[in-house]
Amino acid sequence: MRFRLFALTMAAALPLVAQPPRGGRGGPPPTPQALAPIDLTGYWVSIVDEDWRYRMVVPPAGDYMGVPMNGASKRVADAWDPAKDEAAGEQCKAYGAPAILRQPEHLHITWQDDRTLKMETDAGTQTRLFHFGDWKAPGGPATWQGDSVAEWEITRGGRGGPAPEPNAPPQGKGSLKVMTTHLKAGYLRKNGVPYSDKAQLTEYYDEIREADGNLMMVVTIVTNDPEYLREPFIITSHFKKQAGADGWKPTPCSAKW
Amino acid sequence: MTRNAFRFTLALFCAALPALAEVDLSGSWQSKNHEDALERGAGPNPGDFTGIPFNDSGRAFALMNSQSQLSMPERICAFYSQWHLMVGTFGVKMWNEVNPVTGKTVAWIIAPWEDRAEMKIWMDGRPHPGKNAPHSQEGFTTGVWDGDVLTATTTHMLTGYLRRNGVMTSDQATMITHFIRHGEIMTLASEIIDPVYLTEPYYITRSFVNTTNLMASGGPPCIPGDEGVPEGTVPHYLPGKNPLVDEMTNLYGIPREAAMGGSETADPAYRDKIKDKFKTPPKCQKNCGGPPAGN
Repeated sequence: MRFRLFALTMAAALPLVAQPPRGGRGGPPPTPQALAPIDLTGYWVSIVDEDWRYRMVVPPAGDYMGVPMNGASKRVADAWDPAKDEAAGEQCKAYGAPAILRQPEHLHITWQDDRTLKMETDAGTQTRLFHFGDWKAPGGPATWQGDSVAEWEITRGGRGGPAPEPNAPPQGKGSLKVMTTHLKAGYLRKNGVPYSDKAQLTEYYDEIREADGNLMMVVTIVTNDPEYLREPFIITSHFKKQAGADGWKPTPCSAKW
Repeated sequence: MTRNAFRFTLALFCAALPALAEVDLSGSWQSKNHEDALERGAGPNPGDFTGIPFNDSGRAFALMNSQSQLSMPERICAFYSQWHLMVGTFGVKMWNEVNPVTGKTVAWIIAPWEDRAEMKIWMDGRPHPGKNAPHSQEGFTTGVWDGDVLTATTTHMLTGYLRRNGVMTSDQATMITHFIRHGEIMTLASEIIDPVYLTEPYYITRSFVNTTNLMASGGPPCIPGDEGVPEGTVPHYLPGKNPLVDEMTNLYGIPREAAMGGSETADPAYRDKIKDKFKTPPKCQKNCGGPPAGN
């Protein structure tokens, strides 16, 4: 009998391992801001040492290396005309959510409120909002940055460590997952490689403390697009934390540079 | 209920939670060469040193390189250090070795592939060898978990390629790699710290996708052979004589000063410096990618 009770207790305890902290008895549940396992707020600068010639300068027309395009995508990309985009007021096509973190840029991340994380970019002067909880999209026309819902992926401390406080956010153990839909069609690369308005974006934000003390943010970016991609387009961008706003220089979108 | 059964259940519970923050990284992980595809596939363009935080020695050494060095019997198999995990085209096959008595993971293993040696990430707390210990192509790697991220530190490597166009790491380099798993995707964030050729760490990130296709653990070995380089000669270019130094300018309109790298070339602000020197390139002529025929 004691064994059964013990086994039952152990089995019941297992699923709790991955649960985020819950509100105290009688109190409101902790907010997403309070639950944050990592602190993404502050200024970040992109380190552009990957895909350099696709990011720091405008790549040649017809250079599609690495992107899992389909034939329809290539037909659209082959017709790329940056002057036409600018004339049509579409110069921000390469600054939409699937591509914005490939721009050479600075990021400024803040909490807009305790359920909404705000990311501003100086490149293209864009703003993304990551909504936690049961946020409902307001509807309306699709936008460059789309509608983003966010959740923390939280892991708890290892066996042998102190038992965590019920509501204490675990520090340095977890990541941010962001899913974005309702995107206005744009470019994955500045030379016209398209994504459609059916594209969906999933991102994972991780923080890594390096040996030299620098804090890095690693963002794994997965774009699914049934119209223009043969498989998910998976890239990873990295940013270094800055002490302040050094280099922050908002600039407008440009289709030609 | 017996005491043995009680202990058995307790052991099962503990085995299920070997360390709550550990993540199972084992499996076959397919490389997605969606970024730096040319570099990881056919190989980078000659003279493409963009984003490399060179010092003057590193740049000078890279400019002296001739790819024909890989035809020397002594060097055919020599240049692929553990960094090739990040800049090669191949996937990652990974598993953990377990102490059969304690059940604890002793090491994580990344299978070798052709020229790249196996990486054994020791998890049992053993120290790295002393600074005068022999170096090898495999190097020596230890790992620790930080939450759900495995961090591996590799030292004692031989000199090797940082980029497969002559950008080298010295045997004093340290490689630090973070293994981050999100479901079916594993991201590797890795840096090379090299006091001989770099002014600051070189940091890149790559993503791999879990696959049920069994991935080879090894691949055909690299076998030295005679490819016609006369004995006693080392193919190279003398300072100022590298004929491929303007390849990036000719192909992509990128100013030579940017192609020659340096830490500032990885800074977004660097765009302002080259804006007026950048020439809009002609339509892509080679290594252009695009969908396979029939798509």
